[in-house]
Amino acid sequence: MTHPIPPGTRDILPDEMRELRALQRRLAAVFERFSYGEVATPTVEYDGVLARAGDASGAPAAHRFFGQSGELLAMRADMTVPIARLVANRYATAEPPLRFFYNARAYREVRPQRGQMGEFFQAGVELVGAGAPDGTVEIVEVLSAALDEAGLGRAVIGLGDAALYRQLLGEIGVDEGARARILSLLAAHDLVGLAAEIAVLDVTDAQRELLTAVPGLRGGPEVLDRARELGGEATDRAIGRLAETYEGIAQRGIANRVSLDLGLLRDLGYYTGAILEVYDPALGHVLGGGGRYDELMGRFGRPLPAVGFALYLERVHIAQTEEERLAQEGEVPE
Amino acid sequence: MSGVARPTRPLREGPLRLALPRGSLFAPTLDRLDAIGVDTSELRGESRSLVFESGDLVLVTMRPSDVPTYVEAGAADVGVTGKDVLMEQADRVFYELVDLDYGGCRMVLAAPAGDEHGAEHERRLGALRIATKYPRIAQRHFEDTGRRAEVIEVKGSVELAPISGLADAIVDLVDTGRTLRENGLEVREEIALSTARLIANRVAHKLRAAEIDALSARLKGT
Repeated sequence: MTHPIPPGTRDILPDEMRELRALQRRLAAVFERFSYGEVATPTVEYDGVLARAGDASGAPAAHRFFGQSGELLAMRADMTVPIARLVANRYATAEPPLRFFYNARAYREVRPQRGQMGEFFQAGVELVGAGAPDGTVEIVEVLSAALDEAGLGRAVIGLGDAALYRQLLGEIGVDEGARARILSLLAAHDLVGLAAEIAVLDVTDAQRELLTAVPGLRGGPEVLDRARELGGEATDRAIGRLAETYEGIAQRGIANRVSLDLGLLRDLGYYTGAILEVYDPALGHVLGGGGRYDELMGRFGRPLPAVGFALYLERVHIAQTEEERLAQEGEVPE
Repeated sequence: MSGVARPTRPLREGPLRLALPRGSLFAPTLDRLDAIGVDTSELRGESRSLVFESGDLVLVTMRPSDVPTYVEAGAADVGVTGKDVLMEQADRVFYELVDLDYGGCRMVLAAPAGDEHGAEHERRLGALRIATKYPRIAQRHFEDTGRRAEVIEVKGSVELAPISGLADAIVDLVDTGRTLRENGLEVREEIALSTARLIANRVAHKLRAAEIDALSARLKGT
């Protein structure tokens, strides 16, 4: 006789659990080395409190239910919003910057028959009260060290700026309606639809070429030069912050880890500046991501700039296993 | 952003893997590949194989509606399929890179010619019954135009539904419109135009940028 468990959930047995725990410990050691302190928050919070993040929220709660006295509760969809609440409650007057890390499970909605996880481990950090570019550079450095520690020496950090394309559209004078349509196409990675919208804009040919080319620019520092070549001063202002962050990363000697991506837009959620995504050649899915969310803390009454990232632990584990196998088979040049 | 996919399939290294759609887009896709110097003669033969190596590409053939599944998971780095398939699977994550401009079809709402039964049904019962192989596109079209539809998913010949009384109208992809006419149906509304598209896996698009950009440019003919 077997007893069902809900879609998107699973049991984890000793062999896998041992390796996941080992991975968590290694990541925790890296985070502690960078002076981040571990926090845990309740799995269940008041829906109304998490909802303060509003349209700045990354993912809606998948599970809501009534508590003992009829209040609406929700299970967290990530750790960033609970930590924003925690900082407002427990560090209301503490001198920033504040550094936290977590190894925790989060909960999201699953679509049927997609092999999606509705409950999954995240390992991540939040740096509250450190602005751009220094805070962002620190986070990239911590992320890079974490990937090394996880045995993912080949992993790449994609670095973009959530406001870059919006600002470029503004500099060129594209009206609000078209801007919103274009940004939602970019967020959906629909570059064909994007090109079609740009084709009918009332702009010069040079501007059209710039707007069409920028979302596809990704790679080393040469992509910044290419964007400047295409767009002159307006582009300079839009990519200035990203260029400055990249400069800081290069000074720390980890630029080879980072791939600039001028078209990167994770979603239309809480990111306000730099955004990050983590890729490993052994896996077809992103391993994690993050970025700046300078407006989120203010929604909880402690307006501070903030930046962080989260790794999907199960995916990191799969990538780690795959990298080990490839290394054993001698397929990966050392 | 919804549940987190638990990947089971690693992204492969070596040559780029290109997923190709069997069916009506197959021949024009092979023609386009020939035009950029990819040898497709093996695929045109009687072979029952599904995977072919050709020059600097590995070609993987599959049902058009499976292409987004393989590309999203990274089992293929890039793929070709119809915009109709992409619209129906809009919740999958991949980059849509190039409109290949062939395989042009229209997604339409069609109903029995001259029959206003559907309009009466909609007026008196509040919803139109729509049979389709594209339930999400149909539902979305009615939502976008502020109307209600009862969408009934069918797998086979959708033209049968209005004839037999299963539905008032259909949402389907039409090429010449001949099948519609022969079954006494006419186009009432045009929902979208569909052509073949090149899509890319999200990770491959970043880590193999140069190869994918070069393939895009060649396929686009620029």
